[in-house]
Order: sequence, then structure tokens, then C-alpha cells
Amino acid sequence: MILQDAKTLLEVKGLHASVNGREILKGLDLTVRAGEVHAIMGPNGSGKSTFAKLLAGHPAYELIAGTVQFEGSDLFALTPDARAKAGLFLGFQYPVEIPGVANSQFLRLAYNTVMAGRGKDELDPLEFDDLVRERMKLLEMNPNFLDRSVNEGFSGGEKKRNEILQMALLEPTVALLDETDSGLDIDALRIVAQGVNSLLNKDNAVVLVTHYQRLLNYIVPDYVHVMEGGRIVKTGDRSLALELESRGYDWIVGAGADKAVTA
Amino acid sequence: MTTVAAPAAHPYLQHLLEGQSGLAAAPTDALKALRAHALERVSALTVPTLRDEDWRFTDLAPFTQKRFQPAAPAPVLDARALKAFAPAEALTRLVFVDGTFQPEAGGAPSGVTVTALSSADAATRARAAALGTLAGFEHQVFPALNTAFLREAALVLVPRGVAAAQPVHLLFVSTQAGVAVHPRVLVVAEAGAAVTVIEDYVALGGTGYCNNAVTEIALGDDAQVKHYKIQREAPDAFHFATTAVLVGRNARYEGTALSFGARLSRHDPLVTIAGEGAACDLAGLALIGNRQVADTHSTIDHAVPHGESRQLHKTIVAGGAHAVFNGRIVVRPGAQLTNSGQQSRNLLLSGKARVDAKPQLEIFADDVKCAHGATVGQLDADELFYLRSRGLDEVAARNLLTYAFGAEVVERIALPSLKQQLAQLVLAGTSGK
Repeated sequence: MILQDAKTLLEVKGLHASVNGREILKGLDLTVRAGEVHAIMGPNGSGKSTFAKLLAGHPAYELIAGTVQFEGSDLFALTPDARAKAGLFLGFQYPVEIPGVANSQFLRLAYNTVMAGRGKDELDPLEFDDLVRERMKLLEMNPNFLDRSVNEGFSGGEKKRNEILQMALLEPTVALLDETDSGLDIDALRIVAQGVNSLLNKDNAVVLVTHYQRLLNYIVPDYVHVMEGGRIVKTGDRSLALELESRGYDWIVGAGADKAVTA
Repeated sequence: MTTVAAPAAHPYLQHLLEGQSGLAAAPTDALKALRAHALERVSALTVPTLRDEDWRFTDLAPFTQKRFQPAAPAPVLDARALKAFAPAEALTRLVFVDGTFQPEAGGAPSGVTVTALSSADAATRARAAALGTLAGFEHQVFPALNTAFLREAALVLVPRGVAAAQPVHLLFVSTQAGVAVHPRVLVVAEAGAAVTVIEDYVALGGTGYCNNAVTEIALGDDAQVKHYKIQREAPDAFHFATTAVLVGRNARYEGTALSFGARLSRHDPLVTIAGEGAACDLAGLALIGNRQVADTHSTIDHAVPHGESRQLHKTIVAGGAHAVFNGRIVVRPGAQLTNSGQQSRNLLLSGKARVDAKPQLEIFADDVKCAHGATVGQLDADELFYLRSRGLDEVAARNLLTYAFGAEVVERIALPSLKQQLAQLVLAGTSGK
């Protein structure tokens, strides 16, 4: 929801970044305030995922120019783990499998590490078990996911639910959800979206990076941005997403943005 | 009296034989003859060098630069000192301190004989007749040395059809500096018997010592043995070990070997699939750092048809450490329908760490299935980033992934308290190296 006098959580200015020496982001600007839902859309290779990973601190993505203020401080001065503790969350497009580490162990370690970083209480295994089971209900997850190795052998939908479960536990101020809808069937999409919606409040914000309008039927955005050639070339409200759905990207892309060629 | 042999040809071996001639007489004629024969072989053999095919990755120089003495009389250790190593599930334990048996209160699982050779009566010694028959030493100098010193052994004898209710813990404690000790184990699981044996090497004050162990395990038809060998020696110690296993018809041997300690360690598991339908499942994990060397040279010998073998060997190598794995699989002529699979997985944690991993398949039968694979890699950058994005700092993320890599082997240990101890050791090892 768009609120009057809402606090600015994320302020991106003139962002240029590269991966493997190739410039992908070319002057991206974005302001996200508390309470808002933003959707970043755009064709493949426009730089959407690069933007999400750069903000979370993936080492392969290199900042060339520009600034990102996260709640008023320089995001790039923080290590990836410090960003998580500060309240930034990235929901991965392809969550990584970690055989040998039980999901419950991983979730509690992440929770306690982040909470300790915020000066909050850590939970012992029993206390954490209560918390995680309650949050899992939100996502209609079977408790046996706790005993399995992190994401190992999970279906695409199960991995995405596990991502949103982490979001529910870590309670970020800004969640960047990278293609959270990809690979989900309609039921899983509904459940994941309900989970995200239930976590939204007037103090936090979500940036959805998505290729398709479909997700936005369930998580209604306040702003829709179209990315092309490494920057945002058009911003509108929800109706823009519907227009993209019917007309495709070409009518915007043709409007003079640099052609991006990267994946 | 011990036979007086001709001086060993090799001066270093001569030095290692110091104290051998002063050993008490062997308790039986068979052992006396065995010892004499072993002494002869030591005298004929030399210390392996990098020119020996079986030792071409492992330089023994750090070992041969050292002089070892026979152990002085062992101190009697307080049970409390040993408590840290005792898994709660293993109620039966034999403790050897610097090679000397230390009797303790406590019984064996019902129907099972667990005793030191030195305390065994004639009937028990007769049941331990396999001692010295499984581990060959014609061409292997370390088992030959061990056998030349054979005076004491841990005996675990499980009669026909008996399943030992609790695991048996064999604890070898080193307390002295610079001594050479030759631990010996015999496990006999008669037809249909089942037992779990933990062979555990620890240091309590010992430094710069050498353990040169031989373990023999005989499985009768349909027997089942789970064997956990845990090498947690002092960081500057030397550890040589041969594990010779004979698996009878439809019997199953599960061996898990964990190597954490020692400046230089070498383990030679030799499993013979001797009866049709026999199976072995081997797993190894070496976790080393600094300048440690851990070498595993295994042989699985399919001597008869319808055998099955599985092997997983993992190494985690940090600092300037060096891991070696040579996995030899032999399928003899006529050992048809053998099914064998071997995996070697290696994780290098530093640019100076090194691993040599080599499968060695010698297949002389045509209707067999033998799969093998080896990988060498580093921690995955995407996995690291995933953990860091969840708040773990670089060190914690690396430790968790390293632990996860080793967990597959540690998870095989069916004793929760021991598994917990070892998991802690892996976590500590990954952060300390």
C-alpha cells in the first residue's frame, strides 16, 4: 500500500554493475518506501536478476557506479551477511541444495544468527521448533521438510516455499523475491503468494522480480517497473502489468532503450 | 625364548626392531612361529620409498627422520580420564595404554568374548586361531613389524548365531612421547553372528609417537560386522594401519574409517569377498590440515561370484595438507556377477592443499558391473553466497559447507553419542584448519 510520509527503505541511484566484465545494469534508479509492493518486470536479459543479486551481495556481480541507501546507510559497505542482519532478504530464483545439512538446523542457524545480529534473543531447538512449525502452516508445508537436507530433492515449488519460509522467519524490512513464481503450479503459486501477503505490513516492503503478470494477480503491486537494457524505462501501476500481459514488451522496448543481450 | 634372527638388512628397520628381542615368550607355539616368520620378513624388507608403486604419493621422510623407542611401562589411567572418549552405547570396552592392556570392571555382551590376548585362557586362544592368518606381511613391512612384536591383542569373539547386544569399544590410548607401539585386533564373527566394533585411537598426553596397527576381521557365513575405525591421534603422531577382512558367504561387512589426526597416517583396508553373496560397504573420511598427510590404500578383492562391494571415500584437505586415495578393486577370474561401485570425493580448502585420488580396477571376469568415479573440488561459490545471504559470515558458511561434505560419512555411525562427538570433531576441524 502507498502510505503518506512513509519511510524510505531503499534508495537506488544511478546504479551501474557488471558480471564477468560485462556491464548489465546501466543507470538504474528506484525508491522503495515502507508498506509498498514493487514489481520489476522485463524481458529476459534486461538485468532484473542481476539487480536482485547485486543488492544481496553476490560476489560475481561488481558495482561500477551508483549508490544504494538501505534505511539511510550505504548498503555496499556491508558484507552479504550483514545485509541480511540489517533486514534485506533475497528469495532465490534457484535455491541451492545443501546435502548433509538438515533444513531445521539451517533454518535455526540462520534465524539465530540474524536475530543475534539485531540484538534479539536466540531460540533453543525446542523453542525454534514451535516457531518454525507455526510458520510452516502459513505455507502449508509438511513438517517432514525440517528433517530433510536443505532443498535436497525438493521440487521447484517446495524450494520456493522454503524460501518464503525463510522470509517468514527472518522478518526482513525489504524482501527481494527473484522469480519466486517460476516453476510453480497454480496451487503452489496461490500458497506462496498468500504467505508473502501475510508477511506484509506498513513497516516493510517487497520487490517482486518477475517475468510474468500471473504472480501479480495474487500479490498486488503498488508500482510496476519495466526494465530494459539495465535500467527502468517505464513505471506505472498495476494496470501496466496487465497491459504488458496483453501487448508484450516490444512497445516499450522499442522506445529507445539499449538492447541488452545478456541472460 | 624368541628366535634370534639375522640383523635386519635395513638400518632403519633394525632401529624399529629395538626391544623386539626382549619380548616375553609367545603364549602358543603358533604365535611363536608367526613372530619368528615376521621377524624374518622384516629383515628381508626395506622401508618403502616414493619409488614403490604403493607409496609413490606418500613420502615417509617425516617418519624416517624420527627415532622411536619401545614404550616404557604404561601409566594406569583413571577411568575419568577416558570418559571423554567413551560412547554411552558401548558398555563393553577394552583399553590399551601405550600397547599395554588396562583391565577395567565391566562385562561383555552376553555370549560374546571380549578380552585381551594376555588375559585369555587356552580355550579362548584356541578360538582366536585366526590371529595372524588374515593380514599378510610377506611384502608389507608395517604389518610384518607389527607381527614381529605380537604379544598382545584385543579379541572380540562372537559365537555362531549370537548378535551382540551392544557395540564393543576398543580404545588405544597414547600417553608417551616418541614411542613405537603395535596395536593388534582380532574380530571373529562366526556363522550368523553380528557385532559392532569401534576401534579408536586417541592421545592423552602422547606426542610424536607411532602406532602401527593390524586389525583382522573374519566373518563366517551370514555374519554381520559393523566396524568403525576412528583415528584421532596427536597432531604430530604417526599412524599406520592394516585392516584385513575376510567376508564369508552372504555375510556383510560395513567399515567406516575416519582420519583426523597424525602428522602422517596410512590406512590399508584389505577386504576379501570370500563367499558367494558376500557384501562389503566401505566408507572413509579424512579431514586434515596444516602439513598433515592422510593416505588410504584400499583393496577389495572379489575372489568368488555374486559379491557386492560399495565404497565411498571422502577427503577434506586444508592448509598445506595432502590426502591420498588409491582404491584397488580386484575381480578374479570366475568372480562373475560381481557388482562393485566406488566413489572418491575430495574437497580442497586451500590453494596449497593437495589430493591424489586414483581408482585401480583389475577385472579378470567378463560378466561384472564395476562403476567408479572421482571428483576434486572446492566449496561452491553459490552455496556460500546462499548461506551468507541468510546471515552466516564467511567463516561460519565455509565451516557449515565443509561439515556437510563430511556428514555423509559421519552419518553412517549408528551410535548417536559417538556420532555427536565426531560431528563436533569435524566442525572443530573445519574451523581450526
